[in-house]
Amino acid sequence: MQHGKYRFIVGFLALPLAIYAVFVISPFVQAIYYSFTDWTGLSSDYSWVGLENYDRLLDDEIFWKALRNNLLLLLVLPLVTLGLGLFFAFMLNVGGKRRRGAVIAGVRGSGFYKVVYFFPQVLSIAIVAVLFRYAYEPTEGGALNGFLRAIGLDSVQPLWLGDPDLALWCVMAVMVWCNVGFYVVLFSAGMSSIPRDFYEAALLDGANRFTTFFRITLPLLWDTVQTGWIYMGIIALDSFAVVQIMTIGPGGPDYSTEVLSFYLYTKSFRDGQAGQATALGVALLIVTLIFAGIVMRLGRRERLEF
Amino acid sequence: MTDTQTGAVPEGEPVTTQLVPPELPGIDKRDAPSAPGKRQSGSEGRVLNVFSHAFLVVWGLLVTLPVLWAIMTSLKTDSEILKSPWALPDELKWNNWSRAWQDANMGDYFMNSVIVVGGSLVGTMLLGAMAAYVIARFEFPGNRFIYYLFISGMSFPIILALVPLFFVMDNMGLLNTYHGLILVYIGYSLPFTVFFLTSFFRTLPTSVAEAAILDGASHTRTFFQVMLPMAKPGLISVGIFNFLGQWNQYLLPTVLNTGEGKQVLPQGLVELAATQGYDGDWSGLFAGLVLATLPVLAVYIVFQRQVQAGLTAGALK
Repeated sequence: MQHGKYRFIVGFLALPLAIYAVFVISPFVQAIYYSFTDWTGLSSDYSWVGLENYDRLLDDEIFWKALRNNLLLLLVLPLVTLGLGLFFAFMLNVGGKRRRGAVIAGVRGSGFYKVVYFFPQVLSIAIVAVLFRYAYEPTEGGALNGFLRAIGLDSVQPLWLGDPDLALWCVMAVMVWCNVGFYVVLFSAGMSSIPRDFYEAALLDGANRFTTFFRITLPLLWDTVQTGWIYMGIIALDSFAVVQIMTIGPGGPDYSTEVLSFYLYTKSFRDGQAGQATALGVALLIVTLIFAGIVMRLGRRERLEF
Repeated sequence: MTDTQTGAVPEGEPVTTQLVPPELPGIDKRDAPSAPGKRQSGSEGRVLNVFSHAFLVVWGLLVTLPVLWAIMTSLKTDSEILKSPWALPDELKWNNWSRAWQDANMGDYFMNSVIVVGGSLVGTMLLGAMAAYVIARFEFPGNRFIYYLFISGMSFPIILALVPLFFVMDNMGLLNTYHGLILVYIGYSLPFTVFFLTSFFRTLPTSVAEAAILDGASHTRTFFQVMLPMAKPGLISVGIFNFLGQWNQYLLPTVLNTGEGKQVLPQGLVELAATQGYDGDWSGLFAGLVLATLPVLAVYIVFQRQVQAGLTAGALK
């Protein structure tokens, strides 16, 4: 019996572990190792250079630009996306006209809104990026400037992705566009499991609905918000597809939309500096881990059971 | 994780009950005590209702208009598109679509995606469920270590592994092959699949499996004939999650699968956008874009509740 059990365990684990080790674990470990070498990626010889790649990063202006853009994305994207998600979810669940009996009510057609809002989430980011590249197109044919002309704003014709001051915000808008629906659905599910008595009691005590949001809804949803924050942060730290497909260059005019992931990609697959690129990747990993650590620490508070 | 299931799957239910209050006789009894509060904030409720509808409609338009614009553009001629991006076409140019499907190879890219995702989805579900089952249900040395090894993969940026992975694949002769891409998709889908299914298997009762073993079934047979059917709700959630993740995958094929004619759909669309964009062939480009959108749109419309539950399942605890 025991013998059979171990044979079964090994038999079931061998293949998944092997695939995972060869294609996921080993490349990660190798990447960290290569970050201390001068490997070009083109030939198989390389030599150990210690911290030279990291040292060179510190003097690399584009690296600092990319890092700055990533940090800005990391700050703005979760804030805006989760904020809108919470707002719309609250409107859907509590913003409705009060009907006979119920103390709080969702708006009419909330299911329909959720279906529509969630839709961008199922699209490939490649589709979204191609779509918006042409929507932002400043010349004839571009949807946004075409819309501005149609409502009589002929003089307001921004270059969008071509404007170094605007390009990164255009990237952010697209990423907010595709992710808000996910959080509306996520937070709605959380809100609908909050017992209705809580709202009843608060409203009886004279609280208005905005107070109930900050005093009841948000604290009880905190765990979900925290998880969502980490999800959105990881998306912000990646941003590869949107930058590579959508922005001019790619990387934006004057590196205005350069991000670490895309810079890593150009370094390794265009410039033949694989060692340098993996050092960039390690920097990205460190930023990711610091971010996750901060969110976990900030979010630590007494868990409310209900 | 039980909450994930009970909380996420019937997620629309509370809303419907709110919409139809007479179905909730219990609440009517409480109506009297809450009446004073109701009078006070009655106008507040009405204002809020108008206000919330206004915002909700605006966001709804922001989401749908770009998509409608793409569909409309895909049915216009190039000169119509350039003249006025928001004007309706004089006649619907369906041949843009057939042009994109055949001449621009969107049909081939679609088939490539079907082959790759078909293989990787089956592989991910089977291998993920096997690993998760063993981790969840059996005590053995290294159990915790293997579990954390798997879930640590969720927090690493994939792009960091990409450079060495390219050479791993190259050395094994797996670059630009379907089976190479399938293996990589499986590898990168395992962390979440194992994480999700491990906690799901833990919530299932042990008694049924024990009974099967007592009746003489082998562990393997118990797994396939008893446990997998019991785990069906969890498998569906994570299956939808993996299907969309793999079908929409762009980064991995862009680096690992660059062979002529081997491209998967998102990758093919981006290449199409590059070539058609230079030629000024917006109609062909948008037809390709709409064709790439239609399969997921169809799946989403049919299975929207399951899709919403499946994608949010991992974040709800």
